[in-house]
Amino acid sequence: MHELSIVTSMISIVRENMARHGAGRLKKIKIRVGEMTAVEPEALRFCFEVCAGGTDMEGVILDIEEVPVRGQCIHCKNEFPLDRYLDSRCPVCGGESGGYVSGTELDIVSMEVE
Amino acid sequence: MHDVLINTKILVKNNEIANQNRKLLKDKGIFAINLMSSPGSGKTSIVEKTIDFLKDRIKIAVIVGDIQTDLDAQRIARHGIPVRQINTGRSCHLDAHMIQHTLPWLFEQGKTDLVIIENVGNMACPAEYDLGEDFKAAVMSVTEGDDKPLKYPALFRASRYLLINKVDLLAYTDFNMEKARHSAWAINPELKIIETSCADETGIAEWVDSIFKGDHENRVR
Repeated sequence: MHELSIVTSMISIVRENMARHGAGRLKKIKIRVGEMTAVEPEALRFCFEVCAGGTDMEGVILDIEEVPVRGQCIHCKNEFPLDRYLDSRCPVCGGESGGYVSGTELDIVSMEVE
Repeated sequence: MHDVLINTKILVKNNEIANQNRKLLKDKGIFAINLMSSPGSGKTSIVEKTIDFLKDRIKIAVIVGDIQTDLDAQRIARHGIPVRQINTGRSCHLDAHMIQHTLPWLFEQGKTDLVIIENVGNMACPAEYDLGEDFKAAVMSVTEGDDKPLKYPALFRASRYLLINKVDLLAYTDFNMEKARHSAWAINPELKIIETSCADETGIAEWVDSIFKGDHENRVR
């Protein structure tokens, strides 16, 4: 269950940022999880509830944006969903994607504080 | 109430330690491979064959991650090379911090050319963790099914090599090799695929040779 280790890392980054900004009360943490990562959002929520429970983070909202896997056409530069990874073809011109433009994220975006 | 932007990778600490590990290993001239797969795909057998093929040419050490027991380490130690077991306890993967704590042991083993890190048997979690290796290699076996790449894309995207193991059993399964290769390349077109068998040594020579290929940065130094 590596979601626990991911949540622990996330909390320590949030605490560092709260100290640096002299933040008061934390309301929400916003993170971005790509659909191509081996990370399960529901397990993240569960681990966060367990880790935050009984601490000053209890009740903080974990806002998870699940980012779909998308590519960019090497010909017309159109961005499109990669339903079959790099086998997928551009719906506009039928071209290939040069790689992944999204779907691999595992990032903390921001925190909402009072 | 206001938003404070953070915009950082959640595993930033792990990645920093991994980069320190990478530098320490490079300074000592040690090439590092991170071997990942599901349990039972034959990772330990691949490690044993790699040792047998290479131990007269280069100095090898092995770091083995398992949730419990040192059974794999005992198997590998019989080949007469230094091996260190990391029991991860509750954790399903090795992380850079665990490797950092194992490096002093590694550096006490005298000159080493290659360290093979055998990760915890798990197709999902290890893929997210950089350990400081030179490359990651994935192992999947024909008894597991050809749909593994599509189910665990992160592992196949992160890896430079894919060993499709137990090909001696191919005739007894409904594994479709073309489909497996196609799916793996759909995720990672750069992936180098080698079909292997530890029973009849198919592909093992090709695999061990690959460790010596590439420029100075990408092979045993």
